[in-house]
Amino acid sequence: MIKHQKPRAFFDTFERKGPGQKNTHYCPGCGHGTAHKLIAELIDELHIQDRTIFCSPVGCSVFAYYYFDTGNIQCSHGRAPAVATGIRRTHKDSILISYQGDGDLAGIGTAEIIHAANRGENLTVFFINNAIYGMTGGQLAPTTLIGQSTLTSPGGRVQSRDGSPIGMAEIMDAIKTPVFIERVSLATPGKVMRARKVFKKALLNQVQKRGFSFVEVLSPCPVNWKLTPSRARRWMEEKLEPVFPVMNFRETEDLKINKETIPPVLKGEDLLNVFRVNKDQLHPPKAKEISDQFVKISGFGGQGVMSAGVLLANCVIAEGRNATWIPSYGPAMRGGTANASVIVSGKNIGSPLVDYPNVLIAMNLPSLNIFEEKVLPGGFIFINSSIITRKVKREDVKSIYVPASDMAKQGGMLAAANVIMLSLYMLASKVSDIQTLKKVIPLSIKKKEYIDVNLKIVDIAIEFYEKNKDAF
Amino acid sequence: MTKQLVKGNEAIVYGALLGGATHFFGYPITPASEIAHAAALYFPKTGREFLQAESEVAAINMIYGAAGAGGRAMTASSGPGVSLMAEGISYLAGAELPCVIVDIQRAGPGLGNIWPEQGDYNTVVKSGAHGNYQNVVFAPASAQEMCDFTYQAFEIADKYRVVVFILSDAYIGQMMEPIEIPNTPREGDRKDWALYADAESRKNLITSIFMNQQIQSDHNKKLQNKYRLIEHELLAYEEEETDEADVIFVAYGICARICYTAMEELRTLGIKIGMLRPQMLFPFPSRPIQQLAQKVKKCIVVELSDGQMAVDVKLAVNGAIPVLEYNWMGGVVPTVKEIVERVQQDMKGGAK
Repeated sequence: MIKHQKPRAFFDTFERKGPGQKNTHYCPGCGHGTAHKLIAELIDELHIQDRTIFCSPVGCSVFAYYYFDTGNIQCSHGRAPAVATGIRRTHKDSILISYQGDGDLAGIGTAEIIHAANRGENLTVFFINNAIYGMTGGQLAPTTLIGQSTLTSPGGRVQSRDGSPIGMAEIMDAIKTPVFIERVSLATPGKVMRARKVFKKALLNQVQKRGFSFVEVLSPCPVNWKLTPSRARRWMEEKLEPVFPVMNFRETEDLKINKETIPPVLKGEDLLNVFRVNKDQLHPPKAKEISDQFVKISGFGGQGVMSAGVLLANCVIAEGRNATWIPSYGPAMRGGTANASVIVSGKNIGSPLVDYPNVLIAMNLPSLNIFEEKVLPGGFIFINSSIITRKVKREDVKSIYVPASDMAKQGGMLAAANVIMLSLYMLASKVSDIQTLKKVIPLSIKKKEYIDVNLKIVDIAIEFYEKNKDAF
Repeated sequence: MTKQLVKGNEAIVYGALLGGATHFFGYPITPASEIAHAAALYFPKTGREFLQAESEVAAINMIYGAAGAGGRAMTASSGPGVSLMAEGISYLAGAELPCVIVDIQRAGPGLGNIWPEQGDYNTVVKSGAHGNYQNVVFAPASAQEMCDFTYQAFEIADKYRVVVFILSDAYIGQMMEPIEIPNTPREGDRKDWALYADAESRKNLITSIFMNQQIQSDHNKKLQNKYRLIEHELLAYEEEETDEADVIFVAYGICARICYTAMEELRTLGIKIGMLRPQMLFPFPSRPIQQLAQKVKKCIVVELSDGQMAVDVKLAVNGAIPVLEYNWMGGVVPTVKEIVERVQQDMKGGAK
């Protein structure tokens, strides 16, 4: 039996690297080689090589794909957990390794690691903490120790200026979802053997679909620490480990694994049916020839001005004409005056904006105040006289006063004053047959218990129209 | 098929799912949020993936992962969110990963406001992140085109391995209009370059880093050749009343809709005006504009920006005729009347 051989999860020679295909690009005494080898051995041991996708970061391990004979994806700085999330949502059985340094994970990528952990992504994160930025030549890292000199903290890290070294394993431990959190060290052979066990546990969790495992790896960077490899390992034990305690933070054993319920992927006709509408049951009458309508429906938020516009547009379309609907949106919807613009035409509609309406449905006083002067000469203004106390000043328009709120209240639903006004506009203008509205209401109103009362309110409007025909 | 009244933003999701979209990763922002709302409903309902990311940065990187894994991924946002995605978009372009991004433009710069603008033109069409790359850009002007262009976008993204943008605006997104849905649902094929977490794809590498300058240079040339091929193979625009026109509007999105009405009014007033409406902004319809510049006497570019598209029109016209710029910014949208009056004014001393 061969006891020591290259893991199969490494390439035989590093073709992707270019010159020097027998050696890694790592410096002498660097911890990445050790961490890589442990991972490669475990990929072999767990028989997961084919389904492993290695997510390499930005930093010294950016070139992990030189070495790992697995699927490889190189991620932007700090975002490997988000990239892995995207892959996880694509291949449920993949094994995803997010291998990140301290600048990547504890600096620029704090949001992505925290939220991937919080979602409990089935993912194994190896966080290589060497307390310095390696690839860019030795700058301050979020994990750099107080007093430690780097190129960007030449006199040593100062807490009042640079903050304190961040304990990422401790931060992970503040999140409920991860199933496994441990900090290991590569300072001594014994600690490397412990690391191997931890790495295995973290990968096995993923194989068993248990969730998010986080391993922080204290790792030497002799070149940037300006120490010999052996001094560097002593420094780890003397300086680094007291700040970053090597310990297990969490190991969830009795985890109940929820079986995922994956909805079926709809295709072909099944997919089309999700979006198809069948309005054949409407049997709408043919549209009457009337001039283009530029309608502005305006009122308080909650008076149903938007939905009145949608009902109107739906009726018109059902009868075979064109319509556009455009809302006032955003903060206007959260209180204050809201309005919907609807254009009805037998032709293609260019601008959907109603700058100058020929029909104004004013549900409240501010609406009348804003839009009265914009109405085209010869246009119509429908006034909700239940709450608008003043009269229309214009004399070149037709003004129709309707106590819509009172009528709707009597009909059993104050909020349906919009339907009173819409019905009367339809009856007066013949923009659409009132029977079409009665057919569209059941299809458009989401809360089914409101359908009957709305239909009753249409009848109240019809009755009002018949009694007051002269006013129209 | 029956026409249905659908909001532009929702039509995006209909088109996407019928076009084979598999993933939606997004972060809410007005005026694009309805796209995420509809996606949250319809993606899971049809067995696809929806996830609200912690940020636009995370969303675009989730797309990078899903696209690298062979999915048809998309997101939707507005200017501030698209700016946050810039680095990720450059990575997608560099690694040649396909995806679809919707930008429902709002007013800027900075936080700006939620009303329509077309100030993201340079960011999206000229590719506003680092490096030499190009997005394919659709410019819908109706709910129907929101649906149809998104439907087509996934095929184009996969075919050329590019990022395809749907560059729209707050009004086209918020507007409801009747649409017909495409009647042939599509699906993406297995990609020989993507990662499927299996033996066959184990050799594959998704990356945008090439340390050897010559290899990075060759990669850039390959990308540029691809963009030239796209310019050769894709083009989408519409001409209205250009046959005997003295002057033409060039406008896209909501501006094209307003110009269409203005054009009809101006023609009743005796001004021979036509319109060219780009339905795609990359590739840009430079040649048709150049050809029209040989026939007409003036060109008017109407934009909700400081004239970002007008630069491309001027390049196409190449000095042959005057190019006038009608620009609005900050969420102010011109009325038809304003445009009509301005054209009448500008045509007085000019074209006969």
